[in-house]
Amino acid sequence: MTAVLVFVGAMVGAPLRYLTDRTVQNRHDSLFPWGTFSVNLAGCLILGGLAGAGTALPAPLLALIGTGFCGALTTYSTFSYETVRLLEQKLYFYAAMNVIISVIAGLGAALIGYTVLHALVG
Amino acid sequence: MSNEVDVTDPIDPDVDLQVPAQRRELFRTHGLVLVLIAVGGGLGALARYGLATLLPTAPGRFPWATFGTNVAGCFLIGVLMVLITEVWPAHRLVRPFLGVGVLGGFTTFSTYAVETRGLLQPDTVGLAFAYLAGTLLCALLAVIAAVWLTRTVTSLVRQPEERV
Repeated sequence: MTAVLVFVGAMVGAPLRYLTDRTVQNRHDSLFPWGTFSVNLAGCLILGGLAGAGTALPAPLLALIGTGFCGALTTYSTFSYETVRLLEQKLYFYAAMNVIISVIAGLGAALIGYTVLHALVG
Repeated sequence: MSNEVDVTDPIDPDVDLQVPAQRRELFRTHGLVLVLIAVGGGLGALARYGLATLLPTAPGRFPWATFGTNVAGCFLIGVLMVLITEVWPAHRLVRPFLGVGVLGGFTTFSTYAVETRGLLQPDTVGLAFAYLAGTLLCALLAVIAAVWLTRTVTSLVRQPEERV
């Protein structure tokens, strides 16, 4: 049952990541991978919130939205690959910024989501 | 196929989404891509879930399951991208299914961030930093190693005569 919920959540998260990435990337000319950054940030915020809600959240919902949806919405493989592509193109500043901004903002979003939901329902 | 599109191109700018007939036209070319991404993402997420169930992380311990998932996914995307962009001109649905779908659904940034946050306790700050930096470093090295290895192996296979 849990596996089905993970699968269903991911079936929504993965296409949403693709559509968000294309929408974001189509709107500017920057070499910075803002599309991947956006989905990762959103996923960290939501999953941080779910973790903050703790046991107030039923386990099936955590499997559906947390493991399935947020897990598939966010990606480490594309983040790493895009960083290596920037390195290959000798865009070292962009590559370094992508790593630093993604990690700090992702962790910050997880912290904010956790703190807010923990204060509300935890 | 007349409706073949290159998935790296932007979505048709001349399709008016206000017109239902034109929306259907967009779905015919992009609908299959979205379905494959969804199914691939579901399969990747199931594999991640399976690994997390096999290797559960106790609170305050290093999250090996997510670490392994992310590093392995990064290695595989390095192999995949070299194969489909430099070695064979792959079918237009290979990257959406395997790259965006399966590997995107397999790897996760959100669990990485939330697990790091969970380790930010007085006793485990060092572990939080080791996990944060360790995943990042190994993931980037995995992509670099995979790209290099795949280029080396495929060039040896494709041009054996140059090595005599």
